[in-house]
This record gives sequence, structure tokens and C-alpha cells, in this order.
Amino acid sequence: MAVATFGESVKRTEDPRLITGRGKYVDDVRLTGMAHLAFVRSTYGHANIKSIKTSAARNAPGVIAVFTGADLQEELGGLPVGWMLPDLKQPPHPPLAYETVRYLGDAVAVIVADSAYQANDAVELVEVDYEVLPAVVNGEEATKDGAPQLHEEAPNNIGFDWEVGGGDYAEAIKDPDVIVVKERIVNQRLIPNSMETRGVVADYDVGKGNITLYTSTQIPHLVKLLFSLVTGWPEQKVRVIAPDVGGGFGSKLYLYAEEVVAGIVARQVKRPVKWIESRSEAYVSTAHGRDHICDAEIAGKKDGEIIGIKVDLYANLGAYLSTFAPLIPTYLFGLMLGGVYKMPNIDCKVHGVFTNTTPVDAYRGAGRPEAAYLVERMVSRFAQEIGRDPIVVRRKNMLQAHKNGREVTTGVMYDSGDYKGNLNKALEIFDYKQFRADQRAARRDGKLLGVGIATYIEICGMAPSAVASSLGAGAGLWESSNVRVHPTGKATIYIGTSPHGQGHETTMAQLVSSELGIPIEDIEVLHGDTDQGQFGTGTFGSRSLAVGGAALFNSLQKVKAKTHRLASHLLEADPKFVTFSNGTFAVEDIADKTLTIQEVAGQAYAAANLPDGMEPGLEEVSFFDPQNFAWPNGTHICVVEIEQDTGKVEVQRYVAVDDFGNVLNPMIVDGMTHGGVAQGIGQALSEQAVYTDDGQLLSGSLMDYALPSADMFPMMELDRTVSPSPSNPIGVKGAGEAGTIAASPAVMNAVVDALAHLGVKHMDMPATSEKVWRAIQDAKEAQRAARATARAAK
Amino acid sequence: MVTSNFEYFAPTSVDEATSLLSKYRGEAKVLAGGHSLIPMMKLRLAEPGILVDIGQIEGLSYVRKEEDGVAIGSMTTYREMATSSVIQSNYPLLADASARVADLQVRNRGTIGGSLAHSDPAGDIPAVVLAIGGSVVARTRRSKREINIDRFQVDLLTTALRDNEIITEIKLPGLASGTGTAYSKFHQPASHYAITGVAAVITISGETCTDARIAVTGAGDKATRARRTERILKGKELTPPVIRRAASRAAAEIGDALNEDIHASAEYREHLTRIHAGYAIDQAVAAAG
Repeated sequence: MAVATFGESVKRTEDPRLITGRGKYVDDVRLTGMAHLAFVRSTYGHANIKSIKTSAARNAPGVIAVFTGADLQEELGGLPVGWMLPDLKQPPHPPLAYETVRYLGDAVAVIVADSAYQANDAVELVEVDYEVLPAVVNGEEATKDGAPQLHEEAPNNIGFDWEVGGGDYAEAIKDPDVIVVKERIVNQRLIPNSMETRGVVADYDVGKGNITLYTSTQIPHLVKLLFSLVTGWPEQKVRVIAPDVGGGFGSKLYLYAEEVVAGIVARQVKRPVKWIESRSEAYVSTAHGRDHICDAEIAGKKDGEIIGIKVDLYANLGAYLSTFAPLIPTYLFGLMLGGVYKMPNIDCKVHGVFTNTTPVDAYRGAGRPEAAYLVERMVSRFAQEIGRDPIVVRRKNMLQAHKNGREVTTGVMYDSGDYKGNLNKALEIFDYKQFRADQRAARRDGKLLGVGIATYIEICGMAPSAVASSLGAGAGLWESSNVRVHPTGKATIYIGTSPHGQGHETTMAQLVSSELGIPIEDIEVLHGDTDQGQFGTGTFGSRSLAVGGAALFNSLQKVKAKTHRLASHLLEADPKFVTFSNGTFAVEDIADKTLTIQEVAGQAYAAANLPDGMEPGLEEVSFFDPQNFAWPNGTHICVVEIEQDTGKVEVQRYVAVDDFGNVLNPMIVDGMTHGGVAQGIGQALSEQAVYTDDGQLLSGSLMDYALPSADMFPMMELDRTVSPSPSNPIGVKGAGEAGTIAASPAVMNAVVDALAHLGVKHMDMPATSEKVWRAIQDAKEAQRAARATARAAK
Repeated sequence: MVTSNFEYFAPTSVDEATSLLSKYRGEAKVLAGGHSLIPMMKLRLAEPGILVDIGQIEGLSYVRKEEDGVAIGSMTTYREMATSSVIQSNYPLLADASARVADLQVRNRGTIGGSLAHSDPAGDIPAVVLAIGGSVVARTRRSKREINIDRFQVDLLTTALRDNEIITEIKLPGLASGTGTAYSKFHQPASHYAITGVAAVITISGETCTDARIAVTGAGDKATRARRTERILKGKELTPPVIRRAASRAAAEIGDALNEDIHASAEYREHLTRIHAGYAIDQAVAAAG
């Protein structure tokens, strides 16, 4: 390998390690004397705990201790909420329930045993006497009079009522020329399935009183801070390490009960303890995503002009507030309701509702997929209603291109974008006219083909701390970096964000290499250990490069400035005439006067000949907090064919043209887009969490929760437009979530388009074979009835 | 996911294995490829005290052409069946179904004997073998018997196999000339098991259907012959209307026992069974021609 450049598809340096089983995950942490934890979890959706008998479990082979929620009530405290809203109800969230269980999987006791087998055997010996209570799982039903109540603090189960808007929707629709189209839009609950489930090892140092938590998390620094706040453990005595982390999709973005319990139990039993979540456990104890029930309206004129959108949303929060739960269906949803359109009037009300289900929080895209789905479904629905082409309607309402900030109806400032240019590029690749001709021909042959288009814009590069704080954030959202160039000219960097699949070790090293001219294999990227570097907020909201990468870029500029000054001094040349490229300092017009950055680094440590006032060594730190978010956007086009006989939907073609700003590593960005699109297709066609009315989870394993599989995807046709973001010095936007955000509306618009000639106007996700088959039967039945009526009229 | 405690035996001969089954009768469970049993044990839905792993026994994995058909060793994997030229040429539907069971990892480990003994209501192999006909060879420590495949599947996850018996072989009859076969499956999106799967073995002589065996899986609690469909087909020229009428009766035997779950209602399952019966018969007829 050699010096890498910005924009080069450098292969992922972490992959040989990760794909040959040489990664080190939490379960690979094995400490001397380590005991194992297993949790006793509620088997009901809602029940009072009358008593817990633990004696049989305590006497079981290998069992060291058993703790109930009541035993540890004081030590454990309550799990925190990291985002405030006005009048947010915050019912207590005990890590181990001690009076009432409020969802299937709510933990009530923990077993500590010599082996994981013994711990799990003992779980079966704990007798919990429950008084079963009525349960409610539907976010709208839960607010009605007479619904079972979860928390005293939240009457009618309402955690918050929130609104956002702009313009005056109610006034605008008084215009007699305005057509209002209404639809109920349900965005179903999803269950994250990261390849590695969660897990934690807690190592208590009895002598020093220190605790080290190895945990599978996206936010090691925040886990440290929150753990310390919840338990009162002095922060300087808490170390959190996120080793290799096998996926998260947002689900590892919180402080979880098991992390707190493991830390406290390790101190109680004075031994290291390990808990590894089973897949079955993950289905009930790791936060879920989405789950919106929404009454939506879109208003516009016959010529296709859209004048506004109105939304009344019931957002299911689950049984308790997870760390960022209040943020997801509010700001990350409501602020995005304008899409890439002028959308002059927006009226959005959101009710956050507690139900007897697993807590709901961020899941890939987090609020933005729900918003994009709603907007794009409604825009296509409106086009269908007025009998115009969905692309014509989109183009008519799109924002003009801008390079440096454009305020939109919800009050936020989009950074940069050329929305029509992006749309045009996607249409060119796709050849829309040809498709419509093919579609007509296919219909004549009895085949159901449909095209779906979705544009999107999303808010990422989660940062401006002052803005976030004014909206309710409980922590700053900046990032930091530390660049240490060693005496040999090799480098170690520390970054505050840590990867769970994104390839930070490659991309961050690539940025260093491209700036300093150091070969990429000479650069070590450290992350995820709170003792190794200063604070960082974490990896979520497609922010690692836009915020963390920018912090790294700024440190690299400091290294460059120092080495430039030192090189000029050593070369005895005026700095004005000293150039730096590909790792070599040279004096203009003098061929033999050069120094490599490695040589300069050596001199910085030798410190024998430094310019006046220069400190020895070569290490720089930067903290970066941007002035605005970054706003990726794009156009996705999808073709589906529906099997008439069975209703089975097959995605035949998928074109994605995204604007991610500048792209550091195109291969990695393509990979993220592939994965994101796959997840969006999964939501559109197959994934859904299904609860019974009393709170049992029917889709509780991979046997019933239909993750998409590789045979569901065509080769994706990816391309890009580039509007560099003015929000950060490297002009990047973020690519982690975009595919998921655009794909579900693109697919569903295609499904509805394939059935539109039968009279189908909307269908909720997932478009399962049975649902599509029934829609076809119902449409045919309606057509037959209409014909019969027409005949009777004659 | 952690199993409960069990004792593990790995016998190296059928005699040793059947002795263990007799000794621990009622307590012991036979482990073949492990792709049904082990997931159930990890979920603690199955907690056998004794596991008799027959994977170490040599000579149970083979596909052998015999005078009047083909014999398949019970430990023959899906993958071996999918790629066996003997199976491909004699029972194309078995090769095809074996190639479409779950994923490659499962196909590399899962076995024909394990699939039949487990008798999953949505398994592919029980329906395919039922459509081909033949018998299951079962051995105890002292005896050996052949169970006609038509009497083998008894109920949900229940077969005619006794708990001291091991399947050693599956005997399939030679198919008459002019026979075409097909297996048509609509899979459940999560597990990839059959929501419905229809296996068809049809013999045509001249223009007339002289024999038809149709079996359905996934729709009811076990693999079942669609005898009414068979009766409609037999003795007739298989024109599209005849096939349609026959296919429409494919779920008739299952009747009110149609499965219903979050992936397919009973009504939709019945519809899919008819549709896939039509596909399977069409393909078998085409192959017979």
C-alpha cells in the first residue's frame, strides 16, 4: 500500500481481521475468575410482581448470587433520558423492575454463576408470582379512555405532545381550488438485528475501586458519562471500552439496563462478570424502531402545485423512555416534512405514547425514514389523485439549487443541494419514458409492473451543539481527534467515534494519509476506549466523517503547519518557498533540497535544531463543532413486478443517485448505500414486529421476523451528484442512513404504481404477498361490482 | 442461547446407536444433521437428557442405484442429493427440492433421514418422498422393518418411528417410463420453510395420465397426499381445464386443519396450495412429455 488520496476506493484494512474471525468482540473478553450473568425476564406484557422466590436458584450448582430488582433498587438508580422536550413525562425506568413489569422481556432478576450454562439453568428455577394486568400495544389505542395505564406520571399513556410547523396550513386549504388528499399512514415497528448481539463484561478493581465496562456500543464515552451519573460512580474511576462491534443500526446507542446491572453486580460479587445477549433476548430487550400511526393530509392544486402537508402522529415509545426516544419522532421527523420541496405550509403534531412493548428508539435513519416515507408516499398519492405524473409533480415543487444555506418552512437551514439536477441524473440513468412504454406493454400481457420514485433529504452530521442543546440534547455533539506522529514518522490517531461496521480504521487513516503523505499502513487508528482519548459523542446520525473526520482534518492541518515550519527551518528556506506534497517538503526550484515528513518528525523528537519557541514532539488535538448539520439528499427509482397469482413482489431494478457531498472512499460509500437500500427494501416488503393484544411477541425470532435476504435484491445501479457541504472543512455529508431513508418509499410507490390501474391508492408496509394478493382480489371485486352497477343502470 | 444439560454419545455403529436408544428409551434423542434439533434445544423447546449423535457412524451416507429403484442412506445430506447424478436423473424433484432447502450451510449438514424423522409440517423432503412413494427402513438393536411412506407421517412432528428405532435407509421405487416430476414451493419469507409446497409425480402413457401421486407440505400439520387431485388426474388426458380442476382440490384433504400464522392466513394458504399444485402438475406433465 501507499499514500492514499481523498476520493480513492481504498480497500478496508480491517476486513482481513474481521472476516477471518480475528476480531475481538465483547464475547472474546475472557478475564480470570470471570462469572456469567443471566437475566430473568417478564413473560407477560404487563403485570404486577407479587413475589419472587429465588431460593432454588441460589442453591443451584455454580450459582454465586441472585439479585432481584428490589435487592438492588438503591444501587441501580434509574435509566436516564438524554433528550428533553417541553413537558416530557419521565416515569422511572429501573434497570431491574421491582413492582411492575411493563413489557415482555422486562428484566426482574439477575443470576450470577460460574458458567453461562449454570446461570441459564438457574433462570428456570426462579419463581415469579405475577398478577397479570391488562395490556395495550397500539400507540393510538393506548391514548383512548379506558386503556390500560402504564405509568402514574403519564395520564392516558401520553409521554409528550409536541408540534412543529411553518406557514399556515389551515388558512391555506381554505382556497377553494385546493384539493386535500387524506391517508392513514402506518410505519410498522421494526426489530434491529445487528450481527453481534449486545453484551457487556464488567471488570471491578477491588483495590482501586475502578470499573471497566467492555460493551458492544456505538457510544463508549456517553456510556461512561451516563453510567457514572446513574450509579454515582466517580467518572474518573469508570473506563468504557467498545472493542470490535458487530453492527448496531442505532440499537446500541443507549445506556442499557444490562450495562448498569453488570457494573453494580461486579462490585457486589467482587468478580468480573459477563453477559452476552442471546438472539431471542435481543428481540425483546434491545430497543425497537419506527412504529408510527399517522393521519396525513397533503394539499395542492390541480396543476400539481403542493401547498402543504399536515400530520397527526401517534409515535409508540414502548414501555419506557429509551435514551434518545423523545428526539426520534419529533425533531428528526417533524423538521423533515418539507422534503426537497417548497412545501410552504406544514402542520405537524406528535403524540409520544407509552405501550406494553419493548422501548422504541433510533433505528437506521431514525425519524427521517418515517418522514421521507410519509412525504414521498403522499406526494405520489397526490399526483395519482390529480392524474399527473409523479415526476412532473415532484419537479414542479422542488427547491432551487443552492450552495450555502437555504432556510425552509420548518425553520432549519439545508446546507447545499441541486435537487432537480440530481433528479434529472437519476431519470437519465433509468430511462423513465421507456419504462412507461414497457409497463403498458406488460399490462397488455397481464403482467403487473410498477415504478416508484422517491426523493429525500435528511439531517445528519449530528452536531451543532448549541442548536441541539436548545432543542433538548443532554450532551454536546462535537467530536475531537488526536494525531500523534511518532519519531519514525508513523502515526497513531485517536478518534472519538468508533465503528460498528462503517470502516473508520480505513477512512480515517485514508484522510491522514492523504493530508500528511504517510503510507496508510503506517497509521494506527484507535477508538472506543475512554482511557485512550478524550471525549467523543459516538457513531450515529451519519456523523463520524462530517464531524469526527472534520475534527481529524483540523488536527492534521496543525501537524502540517508545525512540520512545514520545522522543515523550512531545517532546509534553511523561507517557508513561502517550501512546498509540501506526497509526504515531501521541497524548496521551490531547488531540486536536491527536500525532507520527508518522516525525517521532519524525527527531528521534532530529536529536538536538536528547532526554530525559536517551537515545542518538541509532534502531536496535535482538535475539537470540532460545526455551525450546521449536513444534509444528504437524492433520488431513488425502483421497479417491481408483482406475480398476479400469488401477490409476490419482486424488485427488478433499483437506481440510486445520491448527493453525499464530497466522497472520501467511494467503495465504502457504495457499500453503505447497498446495505441501507437492502434495509429499506426489508421494511417495505417483509419486516414487521407483530405483538398480540396482550403483549406477546409473535415475530420473536429469525424464524418469523423476515429479514430481507440476498435473493430479494437486483444489482443496484448507483451514481452520485456532488454538492460539497459548507458545514465542514472537507465538504462531506454522510452516507450511513440514506439508502434506508429512500428505499422504503421508492419500493412502496412502485408497488402502488403496479396496482394503480386496478384502483389501488395506498398500501401499508410491509407489502407481503398476502396483502398484495388481497389488494388485487379486492380491486377486481370492486371493478366487477362497478361493472354490474353500470349494467344495471343501463 | 444456551441449551440445558444433556449427556452426549457418539456411537460408531448402528448397533451401538440402537443399543443406546434401547438403554435410554424415552430419554434419548437421535442427532443427525442437527439443523432442526439443535435450534430447538438452544431455545430450550427441546431438552433431551441424552443425545445420540449418529454422525460418526460410517456407511449411512450413500445414493445407490438398485434393481428396482434407488436406496438413499439416511445420513445423506441435502447437498449430496442435490448434486447426485443418480437422483438428478431418477427423481429430478428430489434434487430440485434438496437444492432449495434453506441455505447452503443447512444443506451441507441437514439429512434426508433427519428431515423425515423430524417431520416438520413445512419440511420439503416429506412431501417429495411421499409423492415418489417408497419406504423408510428403520432398525432397532434386534430388528429391522420397512415402513411404507404412506404410513410414515402420522401427525404434527410425529412419525411411525418408535423411540428405539433409527432410520438407516430410504428406498425409492423406480419410476415408470413417461413419468415427469416437479416440486413447486412458496416459501415463508423469514424461515424459508414452505408456506405451501406441492410435489407431483405423474405418469403419462399416450395422451392419458396412468398414474399420479401429489403431496402437499406446509399447508397442514404434516405432509399429506392430495388424493382427490390424483383421482381427477388419473385416467384422463391432462388438458389445462383438467389440471385446473385437479389443482383446485389440492388442499381438500387438509380441510379445516389448514395452518394459519402471521405469514399466511388459512384462506391464502389454501389459495397458494391450489396455485402451486397447478404449477407442479404443469411442470411434471411437461417433463413427462
